[in-house]
Amino acid sequence: MVAHLLGLKLLLLRNSFRRSPWQLVGVGIGALYGLGVVVSLIAGMVFLADVEPETVNLVLVSAVSLITLGWAVIPLVAFGVDLTLDPARFTTFRIPRPTLATGLLLSGFIGVPGILTLVLLASQFLAWRRDPATLLAALGGGVLAALMALALARLTTTSMTRVTGSRKFRDIAGIVAVVPLILLGPIIATAANGLESALSWAPRVVGVLGFTPLGVFAALPGDVAAGHWMLGALRLLLGLAYLGIVLWAWERGLHKSMENPMAPRTSSKAVGMGAFSFFPSTPVGAVAARCLTYWLKDPRYAASIVIVPLMPVLIWFIARNDPQIMLILGPLLGILMAFAISADVSYDSTAFSLHVLTGVSGVADRTGRVIACGVFAVPVTLLAAILPPVFVDRVELMPAVLGISLCGLLAGLGVSSVASARFTYSVPLPGDSPFKTPPGAGARLALVQLATFAIMAVLLLPAIGLLVAQVLTGEMLFGWLALAVGVAEGAVLLLVGIRVGGRWLDRRMPELMQAVMVNR
Amino acid sequence: MSYSNPEPVIPALSMRSLGKRFGEKVAVNGIGLDVPSGSFFGLVGPNGAGKTTALSMATGLLRPDAGQVWVHGIDVWAEPLRAKAAMGVLADGVRLFDRLSGKQLVTYSGLLRGMDRATVEERTDDLLRVLDLEDAGSKLVVDYSAGMTKKIALATALIHSPRLLVLDEPFEAVDPVSAANIRNILADYVTHGGTVIVSSHVMDLVQRMCSHVAVIAQGNLLAVGTVDEVRGETTLEERFVELVGGPGHNEGLSWLHTS
Repeated sequence: MVAHLLGLKLLLLRNSFRRSPWQLVGVGIGALYGLGVVVSLIAGMVFLADVEPETVNLVLVSAVSLITLGWAVIPLVAFGVDLTLDPARFTTFRIPRPTLATGLLLSGFIGVPGILTLVLLASQFLAWRRDPATLLAALGGGVLAALMALALARLTTTSMTRVTGSRKFRDIAGIVAVVPLILLGPIIATAANGLESALSWAPRVVGVLGFTPLGVFAALPGDVAAGHWMLGALRLLLGLAYLGIVLWAWERGLHKSMENPMAPRTSSKAVGMGAFSFFPSTPVGAVAARCLTYWLKDPRYAASIVIVPLMPVLIWFIARNDPQIMLILGPLLGILMAFAISADVSYDSTAFSLHVLTGVSGVADRTGRVIACGVFAVPVTLLAAILPPVFVDRVELMPAVLGISLCGLLAGLGVSSVASARFTYSVPLPGDSPFKTPPGAGARLALVQLATFAIMAVLLLPAIGLLVAQVLTGEMLFGWLALAVGVAEGAVLLLVGIRVGGRWLDRRMPELMQAVMVNR
Repeated sequence: MSYSNPEPVIPALSMRSLGKRFGEKVAVNGIGLDVPSGSFFGLVGPNGAGKTTALSMATGLLRPDAGQVWVHGIDVWAEPLRAKAAMGVLADGVRLFDRLSGKQLVTYSGLLRGMDRATVEERTDDLLRVLDLEDAGSKLVVDYSAGMTKKIALATALIHSPRLLVLDEPFEAVDPVSAANIRNILADYVTHGGTVIVSSHVMDLVQRMCSHVAVIAQGNLLAVGTVDEVRGETTLEERFVELVGGPGHNEGLSWLHTS
């Protein structure tokens, strides 16, 4: 039966590739990337073998604890847990509970993150390969640690479904989860800086971690290396007990959730006409009002708004040596905001059928989406272009920076208008978390976005050239020219983008419809 | 059935050798039929018969591989905008913009069609009242039940008072009271000159409600005509089973006969 469940998972994965070959490519790229990270980490472990055991223990216990903690917490906020085999779907089958639990747990290893975690954790034996006893302890401990990680992930997600199941929670968590993701760089940088001081208190922390479910299995080889056999045996027992408790608690929670399937909770809050009451009553106005509503209510859009306040923080971190880099904020935010609508039709999913059926003109569709985006993007870009030059005391650069930023925003909106009329991506479906991308979607999105950013760089060349000219000659005139050229070029490209995108949309509506049907 | 001499009255919808294949599978295999103006037309067929595909091609959602479609004489794929203006469509298996409230969604549908605000507002209120969605109108569609979602989608198809209604599975998940309600609205609409096409696999419903019926299976048109013509002496259900493949599997599951 367990084998059946594993087979089912494999089959589902394979069939999802058959629906769209792009997904296979995406999973391939994702797996390659993950494999690259894992291989470099494994290479690091090969070298760890030459370091004294205490340090190896220190590094590995903290690393494994971190990975395990990640498995336990990240699925909660990001809903990354793979629900291909949703326990709720087995409610009507008479599968013995322990069997179902075992099958579901092991099925977690079928999939890129699961298998990579297993490989990575099991390969800690490389660091302990000097002595056969530690090698064995590391290998066994690694596999058990991987099991623990997956079991914890299941436990936290199952026990929290009642909270995480509500739409409101999902919406908010989806947005909040973006924050640490974007700030990952600065966080790591800070952590690295604090490494020196950390060395003094780290051993004590690791000592404690070694007795928690997070690091208990990773600390096993350390005991063996130090010759503390009794302690090692005790720790193994403790770890197995932890694992048993986690599995038991998960299985109980699983059973409970299967016996009392959650009733969908509905909000009873009434809403008025919202944005529809202040946009003009035309197709353009209607599209703008609808998109603006989505910008505010759909977490997939809200994620791009959250980026706005975080970007300055991020740049400030990178720019600690040279505050002048802050000047890039305007162009960067302008382009990023503009690209928020580059997957608009994919975000609509099959709801786009309403646009097809009503026969709204492509230009009206494009214009409405640009206006909704502009409501946020224009003020943000203006502020991000005007404030930094004042901040770093280079007011004379303000016109040129403003020109480049507005050119980036306007031209970006134009490029997005064309792109979303031509390309669809498998994006998170409406109502899903912004992170719940179908396997492999990220890689393709990244590829297309890379291409669009390259196009943007070319489009910005004239304005950037004039800025360089101003810096070299000190001639204010070039700055004003950059502003004029940037705005003019951006405006022209926006209009052209809307026209071309609109015409493509008019011609390709059924094809787009078919494409979003596949992704649903 | 010969189509060489089209009737002098222009049909509300006519298809000619309409075909679509998905990869290896032929979903619709050259269907030709006329839906007379002012008829209540039922399209029936087993699951996967190609009903939704055929209706999607007729309404401009899906581009046919072959064939043509006219709505009141307007070629759907040559003049899509004029054709779409004459049609109200309830598509099956598509999402709605469900982060809008019901009222916003119906208004949106009207405004997209370029209608003026006052008319849209008046009709939206009427539609929500008649479909018993007055209280739900200010709630988000994402929180609706399946039946309510179907009804609000129907409202978006009715807002511009089209001459032809194409409804794919309009009664699925709709409660009996609302279904009766919707049937009355549709019957009234037909009496006043409108044309309705519904797809369904509830034969009883089609027999009671429709004036005309077409049976399709595996992408082929098996029978078309008035309900009485198609069913002959038997019920529509019996005739349908006979057309589509007959019973004949009665001896099937003997082990299911528990004591």
